[in-house]
Amino acid sequence: MTSLDQPVEAVRPTRTLLENVTATFIGRPSMIFAAVVILTFIAIALFAPLLAPYDPLAQSYLVINAYPSAEHWLGTDQFGRDVLSRLIYGSRNSMIFGITAPIIAALVGTTLGVVAGYFGGIFDRLVTRMIDLLLAFPDLLLAIIISAALGGGFWNILAVLSIAFVPGFARVARASTLAVKQEPYVEASVAVGLRTPLIILRHVVPNIAAPVVVLMTLWVASAIRLEAALSFLGLGTRPPYPSWGNIIRDGLNNIFGSPWPIIGAGFAITLVVLSFNMIGDAVRDLLDPEIGQ
Amino acid sequence: MTELLRADNLVKAFGSEGGFHIGARKQPVRAVNGVSFSVTTGETLAVVGESGCGKSTLGRLLLRLIEPTEGQVHIGGVDVTQMSAAELRAARRQMQMVFQDPYGSLSPRRTVAEIIAEPLEVFGIVKTRQERRERVAELLEQVGLPPTLMDRHPRQFSGGQRQRIGIARAIALNPDFIVADEPVSALDVSVQAQIVNLLQDLQEAKGFSYFFIAHDLAVVRHIADRVMVMYLGRIVEIGPKRSIYTAPQHPYTQALLSAAPEPDVKKRTKRIILSGDVPSPSNVPPGCSFHTRCPLAQEQCRQVRPELREVAPGQTAACHFAEPNPIKLPVSAPAYAS
Repeated sequence: MTSLDQPVEAVRPTRTLLENVTATFIGRPSMIFAAVVILTFIAIALFAPLLAPYDPLAQSYLVINAYPSAEHWLGTDQFGRDVLSRLIYGSRNSMIFGITAPIIAALVGTTLGVVAGYFGGIFDRLVTRMIDLLLAFPDLLLAIIISAALGGGFWNILAVLSIAFVPGFARVARASTLAVKQEPYVEASVAVGLRTPLIILRHVVPNIAAPVVVLMTLWVASAIRLEAALSFLGLGTRPPYPSWGNIIRDGLNNIFGSPWPIIGAGFAITLVVLSFNMIGDAVRDLLDPEIGQ
Repeated sequence: MTELLRADNLVKAFGSEGGFHIGARKQPVRAVNGVSFSVTTGETLAVVGESGCGKSTLGRLLLRLIEPTEGQVHIGGVDVTQMSAAELRAARRQMQMVFQDPYGSLSPRRTVAEIIAEPLEVFGIVKTRQERRERVAELLEQVGLPPTLMDRHPRQFSGGQRQRIGIARAIALNPDFIVADEPVSALDVSVQAQIVNLLQDLQEAKGFSYFFIAHDLAVVRHIADRVMVMYLGRIVEIGPKRSIYTAPQHPYTQALLSAAPEPDVKKRTKRIILSGDVPSPSNVPPGCSFHTRCPLAQEQCRQVRPELREVAPGQTAACHFAEPNPIKLPVSAPAYAS
């Protein structure tokens, strides 16, 4: 062995996952902001009954269209309902749809996409055509069509939102799988005799996880927006129960009476969507083995 | 010297698969076109040729990483091309591969120990975690890496070190036959020699055979026992290293050798400059596929494809004019092509 052959010195130091996470977060103050916002909103949704000062459905004809005051921090709407309490309860619907719909869609869409991309053939063609068909409609239109067919209700809204997002995940997963399938390390695991399901689980899925997870965080924002849009159109959460979307819808009819419901719900949606988008950026960097180090 | 591997009339045509096409169907590309040869136990057969001549495709056909269109591959007397998926997986224990790209061939998300232990787990050779770590440590030592690094990720290693990891994975199962697909061409020149020496030392210790794909003639001269020259998916010449390097019979081999850099000024000879480009593999010229660029081409070469025939003991060449005495080529080849 020559003096050139000194493998030890050249090896770069290892970083633990924790160090990676810290490094990713510390480099960006915006990340801390985003994380705090999201955790706060999750806490608000979880502890809504404890936090809300009033019953969100209780009407009072004594305080209609009130301005913000010590009793009603964000004023009241045209039925005299406390806007803050409605926003706090409304976060439950928005957050639960915003988080679960992308997760369900990611699981279903990624499975379809990976199987289609890895095996190809007739199944791939079916999946691809289905994706094209669904993507031909804007997601809102698709959601309207499906919810018109299924009707409202919690589970139906969840199904609508999930179905609307499946084609996007399937397409991204399929495209990434096609790329990863060409990597020599996949061929290498075929060459050592690894079974196909294990190749997919060990070598394909971890290496397409980054784009899928990023898409998921971005679509949390879309799901909140879409639920709001559906509720706004009267297809989502049914009044009098609040969600950020139908708070805006109710508020729009009464915008000159009391602007506070629209301002409050609009602000909440913007804040959460923005935060999830920022988290999405950071997660992308964290999951990339080259940048993350 | 017993025969370990025999390839008979291997053909791989790309683009001939069925499916739904609109418009005219493209001519399939025959990347490997009727190749037959054998490899004996413990020898190194090196394959050289230009990019696109089918040498990597051939290596993958031997391991059945891609399905041949025609032909058979026998390893240890068993036909690999007829095996079921389960039989093939079992047979992979005897045949392994070292890849060209030391960066792409190791999954960026797995540790070195996980990568090297993968074949061991597939074949149930290591049962416990302890066994696994011991065996991985042994293998790392054999390829000249400190076992303490087994929990690192590939990105923390240099190209040469990664290639050592890839080699450790390939020898983990004690295979009889290893396809080395340009294992040093992606590495720095200073590291190339170390890896070539490592491959040789391991062969000496374990006695496996290499199918060594390369385009660096200096590396081939160092490691090969026999050399096979390919052009457009066919073997044009095959023979013992010494006779290929000292008495090449096929004009293509001669041109290839004359293009290799020679450090000794006194030994330098005139380079044979081939005119024209390699024809498209989807439209191989009739007759001798080399005739469009060959300085010796005659009418016969355009009509009749020369078969491989023995020109010296153990050396065969596919040229109508191959004879035991080296052909004298014109110093600067006239442009016969066009």
